[in-house]
Amino acid sequence: MSTSSASSASSAAPASKASPTTPLAVPGGRPRRGWGWWYVAEHRMANVRSFWFSLLLIGLGSPFIYVMGLGLGLGVLVDRNQGGQGVDGVPYLVFVTPALLLAAVMQAAANENTYGTFGGFKWSHWYDVQYQTPIRPWEMALGSQVGVLLRNTITTGCYVLVVSLLGIAPWWRVALLLPVAMLLSVAVGFAVMSWVATQEQDRGQLGFIERFVTTPLALFSGTYYPLSVLPDPLQWIGWISPLWHAVELGRWAMYGAAIPAWLLAAHVAFLALLAAVTGCLSAATFARRLDR
Amino acid sequence: MNVIEARGLTKRYGDFTAVDGIDFSIRAGEAFGFLGPNGAGKSTTMRMISAQSTRTSGQLEVLGLDTTDHGPEIRAQLGIVPQADLLDEELRVIDNLVTYGRYFGFSRKYCRQRAEEMLEFAQLTDKRKARVGDLSGGMKRRLTIARGLMNSPRILLLDEPTTGLDPQARHLLWDRLFRLKEQGTTLVVTTHFMDEAEQLCDRLVVVDHGQIVAEGSPSELIRRYSSREVLELRFGSGHNEAAAEALEGVGDRLELLPDRVLIYAEQGEAALEEVLRRGLEPLSSLVRRSSLEDVFLRLTGRSLIE
Repeated sequence: MSTSSASSASSAAPASKASPTTPLAVPGGRPRRGWGWWYVAEHRMANVRSFWFSLLLIGLGSPFIYVMGLGLGLGVLVDRNQGGQGVDGVPYLVFVTPALLLAAVMQAAANENTYGTFGGFKWSHWYDVQYQTPIRPWEMALGSQVGVLLRNTITTGCYVLVVSLLGIAPWWRVALLLPVAMLLSVAVGFAVMSWVATQEQDRGQLGFIERFVTTPLALFSGTYYPLSVLPDPLQWIGWISPLWHAVELGRWAMYGAAIPAWLLAAHVAFLALLAAVTGCLSAATFARRLDR
Repeated sequence: MNVIEARGLTKRYGDFTAVDGIDFSIRAGEAFGFLGPNGAGKSTTMRMISAQSTRTSGQLEVLGLDTTDHGPEIRAQLGIVPQADLLDEELRVIDNLVTYGRYFGFSRKYCRQRAEEMLEFAQLTDKRKARVGDLSGGMKRRLTIARGLMNSPRILLLDEPTTGLDPQARHLLWDRLFRLKEQGTTLVVTTHFMDEAEQLCDRLVVVDHGQIVAEGSPSELIRRYSSREVLELRFGSGHNEAAAEALEGVGDRLELLPDRVLIYAEQGEAALEEVLRRGLEPLSSLVRRSSLEDVFLRLTGRSLIE
């Protein structure tokens, strides 16, 4: 490595060259304010670029295998036993497809926010780096969530395409799953983030979210069977489960499940409220934790 | 003009006082240092200056803005080089700079151009496509400095800039920092290396236990708190203490350390002659000029690096 002599440093640099302390004389040098959250999301996507293929394969492959396995295997058995009635008035494959997609979205949002949030403070120190810049703590929380949302939207988009091509339901009905999946991703994402951000040490408790929260929710949220099949004392789980609210919306979107308008509105409101409350909690925790 | 002003600056964590009511002002364009051992409160002070840590009491203004109310505005004009580099190991060298520049709100095109310039400044142009994980410690440090310069900061804060680097890498880094100084960047440096403080700082404060114990230029501090020369004598383990008693009255002042005896004198050679005249036979002797290490020892009774 060559070190140029001191004399060349003191001689006047060419006019086009910027010194480390003066901005470049090119457009775009005037900073734009108010978009901090977007730059955070952008950085998150830049990291995804290096492993996007395996991400897509897992994000798309796993619900696809479930659809095939449950729809073609279990579905045949269920439909036969229902005597042509189907479940909720439709073949089991149609009944279970939106739920499988949404369960996968919940799982991905929870995972990304568990290890992304904890890692941002402890492993990659993303948040510490962002805190050296004008980025505000709430922009870090929001931007990280938008990054996860973009990722989930891409895999959901592919899934929607595959389901449309398989002809399980009309494409425009399947496409309605996309906004439902996005709402679920943000609601679950912020909920997980708001708890993980308070965790200072990894003593294995991070794994609890998958084992004791998302997996049970996937089993008891009317994913594989209607909630009404569960005994009454267990049905409350559905009401506190973001997945159940999303799945109900998904079934309404996919095959027009008979759900009164007020209940549809309640499902949307529950998810939106969960996202808003836990989003604010996350931002407050970020601010408290970074100011040491 | 002062770019940083602190009065009675204090930071407490529960019962522990990390920074204990310190006053300092830093002028535009100067290289200012906080010299002190690990745990003296240097990094906490740096975090308060960059508005990343809210002070418990006192006053602190950076570029005329109160750090409690104007964190993002202040950080927009600062370059921060943290003690741990905190680079994104998954991204390539150039992308580390571009994503960081984006955080300040610059356009993508601007960030790319600026990143190329800063890589050139940091002598990393041929590594632009390398993964950060493949860089040497010195290269990572220079990349961190390049990252801190992405927003053309008015003040560059460097926390322990050369800790953990080999001598060659340190000199290469110091050379880059000299250039920044020549171009008028205000440098604020923390270090526990006295040679670094002597090399880089126009003015410095010596900090210990969260308090400022002395302030001045390196040469002023040496003149004020130490003699011109130092005679270092080693008598072998267990013999230094006995020798120190017999050395009473040699030079201006004597300091007994576990492994050696230091004699402060205007003329080191003359002091050595006196030692030998008294019949003492040190295993080794060395005459050197006084340094900031001696200043610190005088002020606190301890070495900088323990």
